[in-house]
Amino acid sequence: MARTPGPDQPVDGGGEERPAWDNKLQYLLSCVGFAVGLGNLWRFPYLCQTHGGGAFLIPYIIALAFEGIPLFHIELAVGQRLRRGSVGAWTAISPYLGGMGLGCFTVSFLVSLYYNTVLTWVLWYLLNSFQHPLPWSACPLDLNRTGLVQECRDSSPVSYFWYRRTLNVSADIGDSGPVQWRLLVCLAVSWAVVYLCVIRGIETTGKAIYFTALFPYLVLTVFLVRGLTLPGAMQGLTYLFTPDLRVLQNPRVWLDAATQIFFSLSLALGGHIAFASYNPPRNNCRRDAVSIALVNSMTSLYASIAVFSVLGFKAASDHGRCLDRNILHLINAFDLPEQSVSRDTYTVALARLNASQPAQVAGLPLEACRLEDFLDKSASGTGLAFIVFTEAVLHMPGAPVWAVLFFGMLFSLGLSSMFGNMESIITPLLDLGVMPRRVPKEVLTGLACLLCFFTATCFTLRSGSYWLEIFDQYAAALNLILLAFFEVVGVAYVYGMKRFCDDIAWMTGRRPGFYWRATWKVVSPLLLLTIFLAYVALLASSPPHYKAWNPRYERFPLRQEKPYPGWVLAACVLLSFLPTLWVPVVALGQLLARCRQKTRDPPQDRCPKPRGGRAC
Amino acid sequence: MDKYAWDANEEYLFKAMVAFSMRKVPNRETTEISHVLLCNVTQRVSFWFVVTDPSRNHTLPAVEVQSAIRMNRNRINNAFFLNDQTLEFLRIPSTLAPPTDPSVPIWIIIFGVIFCIVLVATMLLIISGIRQHRRKNKGPSEMEDSEDKCENVITIENGIPCDPLDMKGGHINDAFVTEDERLTPL
Repeated sequence: MARTPGPDQPVDGGGEERPAWDNKLQYLLSCVGFAVGLGNLWRFPYLCQTHGGGAFLIPYIIALAFEGIPLFHIELAVGQRLRRGSVGAWTAISPYLGGMGLGCFTVSFLVSLYYNTVLTWVLWYLLNSFQHPLPWSACPLDLNRTGLVQECRDSSPVSYFWYRRTLNVSADIGDSGPVQWRLLVCLAVSWAVVYLCVIRGIETTGKAIYFTALFPYLVLTVFLVRGLTLPGAMQGLTYLFTPDLRVLQNPRVWLDAATQIFFSLSLALGGHIAFASYNPPRNNCRRDAVSIALVNSMTSLYASIAVFSVLGFKAASDHGRCLDRNILHLINAFDLPEQSVSRDTYTVALARLNASQPAQVAGLPLEACRLEDFLDKSASGTGLAFIVFTEAVLHMPGAPVWAVLFFGMLFSLGLSSMFGNMESIITPLLDLGVMPRRVPKEVLTGLACLLCFFTATCFTLRSGSYWLEIFDQYAAALNLILLAFFEVVGVAYVYGMKRFCDDIAWMTGRRPGFYWRATWKVVSPLLLLTIFLAYVALLASSPPHYKAWNPRYERFPLRQEKPYPGWVLAACVLLSFLPTLWVPVVALGQLLARCRQKTRDPPQDRCPKPRGGRAC
Repeated sequence: MDKYAWDANEEYLFKAMVAFSMRKVPNRETTEISHVLLCNVTQRVSFWFVVTDPSRNHTLPAVEVQSAIRMNRNRINNAFFLNDQTLEFLRIPSTLAPPTDPSVPIWIIIFGVIFCIVLVATMLLIISGIRQHRRKNKGPSEMEDSEDKCENVITIENGIPCDPLDMKGGHINDAFVTEDERLTPL
């Protein structure tokens, strides 16, 4: 086979010139914006804290080096080389692998549904932050104005605002209740904003990404500076980063590190393939992959410093208030003058009183106030953003400003990730030519956004947040790991390592070294398979349950653990496997079609020509 | 807010305020300062107090005193530069402030603003997209018209209009033979 000067350029879907980025910065910012999302802010700090602080960075960096960066490089290289979205790219690599693109497409659709619902909640909080005092600072009065609402009094104003005024959550997943109109209008605005930004594909997202990708960094810096000057910040940071190397013996830590880096980089969704397909063919995708992955991890660290300085402040102020309550009990019981016992002298005074009148001291309802207990109260996900952080913001001077900044930052973080999700849905549709050529792109994106909006209204029901947890845990996790495994194996073995290395050498000017080839051929597939099996074992080890917010629960405000009913479990199983089923279904379909073709036509040329145009 | 020491004069003021509150009750206009008695004053400034009737034989029921003080709580607080949290009457609950609900919730206002901005921007983008599409469609048909117009347009090269360079003005250079004369006629 003669060595051609360059690989054959596959024909772009449609014959028209493929849209391109205005400049390299737009492409980099789009990839960074897609990778950096809400998880960098509310999952990584939680994992860092619960898994031994600084020691968590060790499995995290190992996972980044052996799983994150190699997979990322494959995605960018495939997209750039084949210049198509996920469906077209995998079909071009091998017709039997066409199902992978469809699997990525389906998972992207499911993820964009619930991801934008989280943005809806963020938008609701943002709209409510423009007032002083903030609506979650105090409990509302009950019907006859004699006291506070009972549900709020038993839990806390912040929890009440989240569960009742925002979600209006029902006590059981089976009880779906009516659609919440407030969330519905916020959902409409969310999807309208997404449509506005993706209306002409990368032409419009490329402009919007300048703001949505850079604004969060600005706000994080502001929060970092403000947070570090608050009292208690340093305690929070030292508690977060104090390494506890014993956690490395726990396999759960390694699993969490691997899954975190995987989901943090938004791999296997097809968005990076779509972005890279708009690149010029000769572009150093290796350097892009390494730099974007590093930027993503640095952002996680930066965000966790900002978040934990604020949470340290919250823990310190909660601790101070706990001490104040105890001091008030002491002063009331022993008739001591006001301000005779301060927070610093509390322990001494308590010891003195305990020595002189132990019986009376024992009768007082004193709480045990330890700073470590308050620092331990960690939360991840929506609990961090909507309950813990909103409460921390309440005590900062100028609370509405900080609330607006915080929720504005969350909205832009989520929006830039939504661009990637929508690109991974729209680019394959454009490449497949679903709509006739003369229909403008605006109509296609509009129809896609409209369809997603109508499907996502199920999350605005009263049981919506329970369904969102299901989607998050089951629809995304297992499918993405499997699809990534097929990606690596497909490129390394089906497409051929030599061919892939030739393509990369043509695009970047240098063949991939030993590290890349070793990780692609051996390390990453093994790692992904291990993660998949471990994840399945973890899910199967305990019967799936959810935590319901039930005001009539006897241990309210603790959340009631309930098992999923049978039909919900069936939905979970469907969600976990249906997207990946495209892979064997399409492969089988192709096999049957080929067999039928071979029996119909006499076997003249034995080699099936792959669509790339190369003869064997 | 200035701090002040609690002394006998402050106690006198307190008795005066309680008497004032009792005098506002319909049957008790004749309450005097001397009818209010304080006892068990402690160092952190807490004490018991009772109001006796004019004959000084028995004390007034607690419920009556409590309701009288509730009505004038604000005046009593202000006299001492204190508020409901710093001046606590045991067994007299504070009247909670009515909720300040604006007629239109603020979130709806901001929502309206954002929605209008998004709608207007989307309309602008769609309209500019339609206009671009139309221009592209008209583009190939316009190209043929402009070729006809070219001959009527005076082209200018190097600042000299090309018109004078044709046969109309100027001299014919006989060294250049025209095409017709070069070829022998058939």
